[in-house]
Amino acid sequence: MKFTFTEENLKKIEAIRKKYPTSLAAVMPVIYIAQEQNGYISEEVMEEIANVLSIDKVNVLSVVTFYTMYHTKPMGKYHVQVCTNVSCILRGAYEIFDSVKKKLGIDHMQVTEDGKFSLEEVECMGACGGAPMIAINEDYFENLTKEKVEEILDSLK
Amino acid sequence: MERIVLPQIENLNQIDVYLANQGFEAAKKAFTLSSDDIIDQVKKSGLRGRGGAAFLTGLKWSFMPKSNDKPKYLCINGDESEPGSFKDRQIFEFNPFQLIEGAIITCYAIGAKVAYLYIRGEYHKWIKLMQNAVDVSYERGFLGEKMKETFGTNFSCELFIHKGAGAYICGEESSLMNSIEGKRGYPRVKPPFPAQFGLWGNPTTINNVETITNIPPIIRNGWEWFSKIGAPKHPGTILFGVSGHVNRPGVYELPSGTLLIEIIDKYAGGVIGGKKIKCVIPGGSSMPPLRGDQLEGVRMDAESLKEAGSAIGTGGIMVMDEDTNLLDVLIRISHFYHHESCGQCTPCREGTGWMEKTLKRIKAGLGTSKDLDLLCDVASHIEGNTICALGDAAAWPVKFMITRFRDEFEKYVNNNVQIPVPNKVHSMRNTAIPLANLEKN
Repeated sequence: MKFTFTEENLKKIEAIRKKYPTSLAAVMPVIYIAQEQNGYISEEVMEEIANVLSIDKVNVLSVVTFYTMYHTKPMGKYHVQVCTNVSCILRGAYEIFDSVKKKLGIDHMQVTEDGKFSLEEVECMGACGGAPMIAINEDYFENLTKEKVEEILDSLK
Repeated sequence: MERIVLPQIENLNQIDVYLANQGFEAAKKAFTLSSDDIIDQVKKSGLRGRGGAAFLTGLKWSFMPKSNDKPKYLCINGDESEPGSFKDRQIFEFNPFQLIEGAIITCYAIGAKVAYLYIRGEYHKWIKLMQNAVDVSYERGFLGEKMKETFGTNFSCELFIHKGAGAYICGEESSLMNSIEGKRGYPRVKPPFPAQFGLWGNPTTINNVETITNIPPIIRNGWEWFSKIGAPKHPGTILFGVSGHVNRPGVYELPSGTLLIEIIDKYAGGVIGGKKIKCVIPGGSSMPPLRGDQLEGVRMDAESLKEAGSAIGTGGIMVMDEDTNLLDVLIRISHFYHHESCGQCTPCREGTGWMEKTLKRIKAGLGTSKDLDLLCDVASHIEGNTICALGDAAAWPVKFMITRFRDEFEKYVNNNVQIPVPNKVHSMRNTAIPLANLEKN
């Protein structure tokens, strides 16, 4: 499916371009914009990013596949990220991760059938003082218990 | 105790409150000094980098060439992905203008016209807060062309935020620069160092967020004042992030050289349930762990921790109580470095994987004490043999955890396991216990 940036996003890209001396440097923020518009980064999206920035598609591909926050497949409406790094496991992150898996019926990097939730086991999110923690899309939820996580997931429409 | 980086002033993240508390006065003062004077003051203050290596900040700045034939850059490292480290986000949230002011002074001192503040992608909320502060600074004439008028100088600089996208390796300075350039975050071979060949091949200085935030008070109050705070060889305050089995985890700004035990007991409220401490990682997961009985008299500064057999790192203190299963912890740490290895250097790319697999074999009850020696052997072949420090960071926890807690790890291995071939890494593929099967256990 052909992908084109919206007018508004093209303006944003124009502004981003001005922050850097090369157009290649704008690729990371532009991938974010594309991901926000399209939900994930498909081949067509990469092509359009390359077009807009006048760079090779391979430059886009190499960046998309290196960084974990760019997704090449559709994720759920709510992308649930559970940190299971050291500070979090010391405070019960594996129990949280297991209960989320059980509740949603999916595993690491899977999406529920209705497309509502996706799950990812993530590395340290920089919230060690509030361990255990999860992030849903862009929001952090800290100092959790299994019950609290359940409540949070139930509250999502 | 005076707090330098995170003063206890309400709403300091509002520009008017910041201005009412001597905000941007250090920058005003800086513009009356020469750039050499500023570098000299920072050198004399003894300020050392807060990002892990504890390198002298003023000395780093002095490596920048004086000539102006190429553009110069400042990078501020807010990648903060070291497990156990969560201090920079406090600065983004509670004292963003001091960071911006520090960036202005640093740009002036090193002759940079553009500064990039690299913040990890997961910090959406803090990126927004920081972007707000940057926007307000532009509006009020503290950044960009308008600052010439505000400060009555002919110097101006720009500050841009670059959002990371979830790669631990981008906290490494040369990898961070590649990431800003729009490339994969592969560390570069050094030398040349960033001061000669940094962003787009131009002279670049790169400092941690906390380091830069320390600059305005040093310029405002003078280097002598700063050099008297905390440990003489590593002066100032440090943001200690305490996590794990403590009653009050959080970030505590304390003078360097504070006793580790005091931080855990007095500030972080002691260990949950009054249990004993089995292990403490004092500076984020890359640093060598200390035994609970090694903590007496250990002070949190670079010199003292070096003596104790660890390092200050980012000041992220992870506390583990007596009931912690260190094998589980080590498996998790090894998994992390395996996952985050960028894949450039063979010892790290392969070694981190082998360490994780071998540890998982032990967890599955199929390890012998030879595996412990094997792990130390693999670690020793990674350490020092890679382009960047991620190799060392992956090797140290394994090497030191096993040597310092050998008695405990011996309990996890089973010396009755029969391994039909000699236990060498290259022959592990052919053992009677296929590694692939372990994943299911």
